[in-house]
Amino acid sequence: MRTLGLDRPLMVTTALLLVFGLAVLFSAGQTDVPSLAAGAWKRQLAWVLIGLGGATLIFRVSFRLFEWIAPVLYGVAIILLVLVLIAGTGAGTAAGTKSWLTIGGVRLGQPAEFAKLAVVFMLARYLVGVRVPPDTLRDVVTPCLIAGVPFLLVLRQPDLGSAMVFGGILIAMLYWAGTRPSLLVLLLSPALSLLLAFNTWAWGVWMVLLAALLLAWRPYLAEGVVVYVANMAMGAIAIPIWKRLAPYQQSRLLTFLNPEVDPTAAGYHAIQSKVAIGSGGWLGNGYLNGPQKRLAFLPEQHTDFIFPVLGEELGFVGVIVALALFFWFFLVLLRIARRATDPFSSLVAFGVLGLFFTHVFENVGMTANLMPITGIPLPFFSYGGSFLLVTFLALGLALRVAWDSRMSGYLEI
Amino acid sequence: MNQFHSYRLRERARVVQWVLAVAFVVLVGAFFRLQVIEHERFRLRAEHNRVRPVPLTPPRGLILDRHGRVIAENVPGYAVKLLAPSEDSLRAVLLRVGQIVELTPDIIDQVLKRFRRAPHMPALLVGDASFEVVSRLEEHRPLVPGLVIESEPKRYYPLGPVVAHVIGFVGEVSDQDLERDRFPGARMGTLVGRTGLEAQYDNVLRGRPGVRYIEVSAAGQLVREEGVAAPVLPVSGKPIRTTIDLDLQEYVDSLWQADARGVRGGLVALTPTGQVLALYSVPSFDPNAFIGGISAQEWRALRGDSSYPLINRVIQARYPPASPFKLAIAAMGLKKGLVAYNTTMPQPCRGGLQLGNRFFRCWKREGHGRLNLIGAIERSCDVYFYQLGVRLGINAILGEGTAMGFRERSGIDLSNELNPIFPPSTAYFDRVYGPRGWSRPGAEFNFAIGQGENTQTLINMAKFYQALAGNGTAVRPYLVAAAPGGQHNLGLSREDLAVLRRAMIAVVATGTAAGSRQSDIAVAGKTGTAQNAHGDDHGWFVGFGPAEEPEIIVGAIMEFAEHGSTVAPYVVKAIRRYLLGPQAAPSQTAGLLALEAPQDSAPRAVSISRDSVVVAPPALPPESTYAPAPLVPRR
Repeated sequence: MRTLGLDRPLMVTTALLLVFGLAVLFSAGQTDVPSLAAGAWKRQLAWVLIGLGGATLIFRVSFRLFEWIAPVLYGVAIILLVLVLIAGTGAGTAAGTKSWLTIGGVRLGQPAEFAKLAVVFMLARYLVGVRVPPDTLRDVVTPCLIAGVPFLLVLRQPDLGSAMVFGGILIAMLYWAGTRPSLLVLLLSPALSLLLAFNTWAWGVWMVLLAALLLAWRPYLAEGVVVYVANMAMGAIAIPIWKRLAPYQQSRLLTFLNPEVDPTAAGYHAIQSKVAIGSGGWLGNGYLNGPQKRLAFLPEQHTDFIFPVLGEELGFVGVIVALALFFWFFLVLLRIARRATDPFSSLVAFGVLGLFFTHVFENVGMTANLMPITGIPLPFFSYGGSFLLVTFLALGLALRVAWDSRMSGYLEI
Repeated sequence: MNQFHSYRLRERARVVQWVLAVAFVVLVGAFFRLQVIEHERFRLRAEHNRVRPVPLTPPRGLILDRHGRVIAENVPGYAVKLLAPSEDSLRAVLLRVGQIVELTPDIIDQVLKRFRRAPHMPALLVGDASFEVVSRLEEHRPLVPGLVIESEPKRYYPLGPVVAHVIGFVGEVSDQDLERDRFPGARMGTLVGRTGLEAQYDNVLRGRPGVRYIEVSAAGQLVREEGVAAPVLPVSGKPIRTTIDLDLQEYVDSLWQADARGVRGGLVALTPTGQVLALYSVPSFDPNAFIGGISAQEWRALRGDSSYPLINRVIQARYPPASPFKLAIAAMGLKKGLVAYNTTMPQPCRGGLQLGNRFFRCWKREGHGRLNLIGAIERSCDVYFYQLGVRLGINAILGEGTAMGFRERSGIDLSNELNPIFPPSTAYFDRVYGPRGWSRPGAEFNFAIGQGENTQTLINMAKFYQALAGNGTAVRPYLVAAAPGGQHNLGLSREDLAVLRRAMIAVVATGTAAGSRQSDIAVAGKTGTAQNAHGDDHGWFVGFGPAEEPEIIVGAIMEFAEHGSTVAPYVVKAIRRYLLGPQAAPSQTAGLLALEAPQDSAPRAVSISRDSVVVAPPALPPESTYAPAPLVPRR
């Protein structure tokens, strides 16, 4: 490895997470009742091999090429997302959505996953191109559009979980490009208004606070007005939007606030996930021996809800180990992004960090009922070919960034 | 490119590190709360998810006769239950079960009803499955997820219909009973006694159910039956020993089936201390049919039967006491000193007695002539008793009758005994007929021969004769244990009792029951014929033996038997069997004397509507006791 010049901490954390993830996936398939999850670990292993191949390939590609063809990749991704909306099919645990691109009956993959990387490239290229960090709301309009178009397209599938990842990538990369945090807060404020509008008091307090923030941060007058008006508009349309949501989306949000509202239907996932995790205790029920998993009380135990399997069988200690590995993994990625040879590589590496972090935080958070339940895979753990491939491609990129900086003789100044 | 200076990047990276740290601390905190702080709550929740209790039925206590012979026992049986996560899936499973065994819509409705009442418990499909059904289901177990086959003790009554009215039967506890807590400790699906001794001593017999645990999957499928959690073993019910003499009970049945097939009625035999030796009512039913649920068809047949087989005619039917009541009148006369054994009445019997513009007949048209008290009882002379009744006066008859216990239930330890009808005072007649609507002598005439507004249960009449046979005190009859109270002292001296006994001996020796006289045993008793406005009269006989040292008191009634002399031989045979045992020589009735057929006449036929004979319908088991038609495997 040393001879290859690959980043050892990244290889180690990745390998540990991968082994851990496969072990838990294997356990998820060990049930007392027939389950889809039974052979998932074998297929996942096959995907790991494909992913390794993909990572090897992408590692050999110069970042200059990516910077150059980023608009093409982005355009292809958008076209695929539109195509999938027209001719997409559902599959597996996401059978109700149009997220799969199928040609001649063969499922090729989920374009949304590849679009995430395309957005990372496109945003990096744009943010490097503007040369100065975004300073005003006008400066962030284009990045918002770059992430917003695929966001909306994926939302139409409908796949809120994947859509949120675009938001995570956008915020992460804007910040890494040097955008002031206050601007990011203003950028996010309408979304917050949308949530708070359901409680008139909370919304009122927020509007007062926003006014104070605007006075303190002093953006351009016009922009301040736009932000304020946007917040008011969000507050006004929140209820109509709510009414237009599909009932299952409404109930998901409602059950996030209180899963016991509907314990057998909408709240089922949230409750069973908590029951599995909570029954694990300090040390868990032992590897392969989680009763909730074995008896199929856990829904989607090999994809979105694989983390409760870990929580049930390996307990709080196992959870700490997994979260620590992820934390370490993120610190490694952060270090790679910081030491990148050029802004484009740095932004791509940080975008990859944002991508993974959104996945991990949303997925783990939803199993503990910290986040609303959306279908989003946990990197290295959840079964899923497209996402695993994207994971490896992203790792290949990160390795390349690390390799480039190592080859160029990075020095801490 | 200023913003990508490594100094700037390091600054931002530090902020990002903090953001990451905070995010992970939040996550760790959330998991700490779930897995450490709230662990116990979720552990219980998980248990509740996967572990289902299955009640274990305790064997009910045995019911034994006085010699320890078994009246009610338990045999191994199979209960088939279905466990399902939802009503829809239960329906689906029932559809598949329907391909293995025949299921009627009734059965399906029953199962669904049970499921709705307790969705977390296995719903009972059939409480008493045949071995064939069980093996067929076991064969197809993969097709029937959630199938639970439970080996359960099953109630069995070896003698069936012979003892049906004594023991009653068992059935699943009903919702109403649970609401009213009629059976403390009973839960949904518990088998409880519904009538008879099974109901009366249910708390002794029932025992305490145990529970075992099975593990189910999210789909409600049975995954593991063994080793899920330690079971709680059921505690079987305690046996009860009754005073019934099963040999006598069987003999009574065989005799009735041989001599009086198709005749309805009842018989009760007591010891002088009030122990019930036999209690028999026909027509009967098979209490085994109720085990595991009676079929709707059988149930409808039993309920709709115009001969009311479910009624216990010993305690749940009222009949005019007729001539056996003359002993009560005689006892009142003796007690008040109005008559002695040799007292004759002013008017000899000339076939009747004129009262005002009405002629009250004696049953014997040609008349009995002049009789003393003993002769009047022996011949059951109505005219003598009309005059004794007038001499007593209606107030004394009602007052003394009430004191003797004719207004009260016998107090036997069986549920749903009917109250007899006996007016407490003449105010009753004023209320019913109006102050001028009845005549005092008319009522006295009627009551004197056991007619009128006086209907008694067989057990109550037997209780009165038990006092006559013994020392003049009627005690509460009992099958298992006597409750305190319920005693009635007739207030007769030893001599008075001897007089009545002599008279009753004469009834069997030379009187109205002479046809049943036995050469080897002296029996005392009194025949009776209850007027029935709706058909043939009912026949009574109440007696005891041996006459001088009574060991057994037997009362019997046969509906539509026309007169008591038909009943007498039957009762006498039962007494003989009890006293001499089964090895005794065949009974020899004297048979040489001319058989008199007394027919008690009433001055006015008191209408005995069907309702007055059978007033309250017996305690009917609730819907839940019956299952529609037994399961049969599909061919």
